[in-house]
Amino acid sequence: MARVVVNVMPKAEILDPQGQAIVGALNRLGHGGVSNVRQGKRFELEVDDTVDDATVAEIAEALLANTVIEDWSVSREPS
Amino acid sequence: MTARVGVITFPGTLDDVDAARAARLAGAEAVSLWHADADLKGVDAVVVPGGFSYGDYLRAGAIARFAPVMGSVIEAAARGLPVLGICNGFQVLCEAGLLPGALTRNAGLHFVCRDLWLQVASTTTAWTSRYAPGTELLVPLKSGEGRYVAGEAVLDTLEGEDRVVFRYRDNPNGSMRDIAGVCSANRRVVGLMPHPEHATEPLTGPSDDGLGLFYSALDLVLAA
Repeated sequence: MARVVVNVMPKAEILDPQGQAIVGALNRLGHGGVSNVRQGKRFELEVDDTVDDATVAEIAEALLANTVIEDWSVSREPS
Repeated sequence: MTARVGVITFPGTLDDVDAARAARLAGAEAVSLWHADADLKGVDAVVVPGGFSYGDYLRAGAIARFAPVMGSVIEAAARGLPVLGICNGFQVLCEAGLLPGALTRNAGLHFVCRDLWLQVASTTTAWTSRYAPGTELLVPLKSGEGRYVAGEAVLDTLEGEDRVVFRYRDNPNGSMRDIAGVCSANRRVVGLMPHPEHATEPLTGPSDDGLGLFYSALDLVLAA
């Protein structure tokens, strides 16, 4: 078994109103040094040896991310 | 002959009853379709109604898009079956790749729930042939993730091919180019965020302006 992490983020050119709202809240809390926040998703998949990198890519592309509006990246964590 | 309009119910669908009622008011027989059943029961058209299918988990429409019934809808749409996606149904059709683009969180983050004016931008689709070009419809909108987004090249293609079907008069959610609804290349699949099925009679809605979508599809089906 291994742990695979898939990170999904809104594409740079896509408006992220949630990230903007977080920046606004941080500024009200006194953290004026934060100029930009983008909010994404992190998926942790426990996989066996049959799930190779190509399969993870297929999973990310087909379901975890909507590639019209989101980019994804994969990292494997040592078991 | 009476046209048969299928209405899909997913777990979390809300507006299937109103969509079926709108189909009946327009003179069709409404046929219930179940998400887990790939059988389209020989219907002449399909409505994918609004709601929160699968709780909007992952992304709105992302799980529903893989339901057995959607496999059949995707196949049938390629053969020319008229399909209408309303609100969550529009999100499902985008996730399924039947329509281009995606729906994201409203600019300003507010859930928008109000009646608004919608312009019919294209009348050469399966669901808008009954309207005169430029007709304005008063229909409800109720969505938190209704901001239509697509790449600039896709938006240019949609406009170039007359595939922007509905536009907001006053853009309520930041949708690109004021787009409220679009259609497929074969003009049979239409999706929109506002709810024509809630605008079918003055007693329960702001107008009966939404009936025209259903009449349009019935015209097409019965002429075939």
